[in-house]
Amino acid sequence: MDSFWSALLEALHLVITLDSDLLEIIGLSMQVTITAVSIACLIGLPIGAAVAAFRFPGRTFLAVLLNAMMGLPPVVVGLLVYLTLSASGPLGPLGLLYTPTAMIIAQTVLVTPIVAALTRQVIEDLNTEYAEQFASMGVRAADRLAALLWDGRYALMTVALAGFGRAIAEVGAVIIVGGNINHVTRVMTTTIALETSKGNLQLALALGFILLVIAFAVNAAVMALRASAVRTAYA
Amino acid sequence: MIKTALRALATLLLAGQLHSAASADDQDFIVVQSTTSTQNSGLFDHILPKFQEATGIEVRVVAVGTGQAIRNAVNGDGDVLFVHSKSSEEKFVADGFGVSRSNVMYNDFVIVGPAEDPANLEDADTAADALRKIESAKAPFASRGDDSGTHKAELRLWQAAGVDPTGASGTWYRETGSGMGATLNTGTAMGAYVLTDRATWTAFGNKGGHKIVFQGDPELFNQYGIILVNQEVHPHVKSGHGQRFIDWILSSAGQAAIADFEIDGQQLFFPNATGGAS
Repeated sequence: MDSFWSALLEALHLVITLDSDLLEIIGLSMQVTITAVSIACLIGLPIGAAVAAFRFPGRTFLAVLLNAMMGLPPVVVGLLVYLTLSASGPLGPLGLLYTPTAMIIAQTVLVTPIVAALTRQVIEDLNTEYAEQFASMGVRAADRLAALLWDGRYALMTVALAGFGRAIAEVGAVIIVGGNINHVTRVMTTTIALETSKGNLQLALALGFILLVIAFAVNAAVMALRASAVRTAYA
Repeated sequence: MIKTALRALATLLLAGQLHSAASADDQDFIVVQSTTSTQNSGLFDHILPKFQEATGIEVRVVAVGTGQAIRNAVNGDGDVLFVHSKSSEEKFVADGFGVSRSNVMYNDFVIVGPAEDPANLEDADTAADALRKIESAKAPFASRGDDSGTHKAELRLWQAAGVDPTGASGTWYRETGSGMGATLNTGTAMGAYVLTDRATWTAFGNKGGHKIVFQGDPELFNQYGIILVNQEVHPHVKSGHGQRFIDWILSSAGQAAIADFEIDGQQLFFPNATGGAS
């Protein structure tokens, strides 16, 4: 327990002194993860909603596939993205390997199936409720999707948060495609891995606490937004 | 609300765009594929700012095991390779992926273990003798098992000792398949002997009850080499900047910077540039 409390103290110290390296690392973590989750939502929300709302051949297979892909190991995603972006890979000439963009791509691949699969679940329930109305009013497919996504927006915030949680916490993918380069691609999780490998367990744990607090703050902010939006809606 | 979200996203993407645009303009950096021992000990933090000050070139280090560093360099994902496994490095050059190889510096491997030293390694005369003692005592030994430079050195030492430990894998011989630091964390926790380079051990923050129990055999010599990745194989390699880094590290300024690097008053790497390529 001793090292636990001293790690907590160290975390406080790092935060209070506004360590400039730490701020840079936190900034990059947030930029990479928020961008990746936003892109994942742009792709995953419509896909998930479409699988929920429409009947088409292979629909069940797609639903199972999306669910299975929620379990994609980050290291495997990292390797796939590495092989794609490597100088010897198909997208090598773009020179994206070992850049924050590479990390965003890896996290997007990791998070999109989670967003899509959870969206499918949320929208499916809603769709059962609305199906008859849609049919009687002859609503166009695109409008159905939009209506379902809009009416499910509060539940879908939780979906986005699940994606955020996965992305901000993963290390396996970003360390392979980012390379954990100081001042270029070093984020919270790769710093924690690095400090652990240096045997600085206390510092690693302190950084872990800070990561947890950031995740908590993001979740609290989204929940507050949701609560105030719900209040306005029913006011 | 959707509009706000889209605007925020556009801003983020734009910020990312500007960021990469800035780095595309400013091509004054090279990527060096190197090993965890040089990074974790703090050597790079000590010498790279001096190089950048002298030349304005930023060095981006990707620190992985020697095996992975070489594979990354074979793929062209780096301008310079700076690792420690001479035979693999020579093969890399012979296969045409590298231009030529130069010695940079050396340090040595040591065997660390529990302070009680259950296999009595402190009485061993040679590294081979020490490993045979571990085998006959069936004392736990944590191996990297990850095709790194240290792992390759360890396998050579077992071979010299006439012992094949892989048959005992999972019993007293434990392959962690991880980096040096992770293997040391595991080794100190399970009371196992570990072969490590001296620099990583000296800088390591979680020694627990472990200490150096065997050192000093010339067989434990650990040579680091540097190689420019071949532009004829990978045309995008920044040969000019890469060569400047190599020239600098082999120069008296670079060699002095390496010799200056100390932890707790102890020098961790010993420069021995040969001047010409070997």
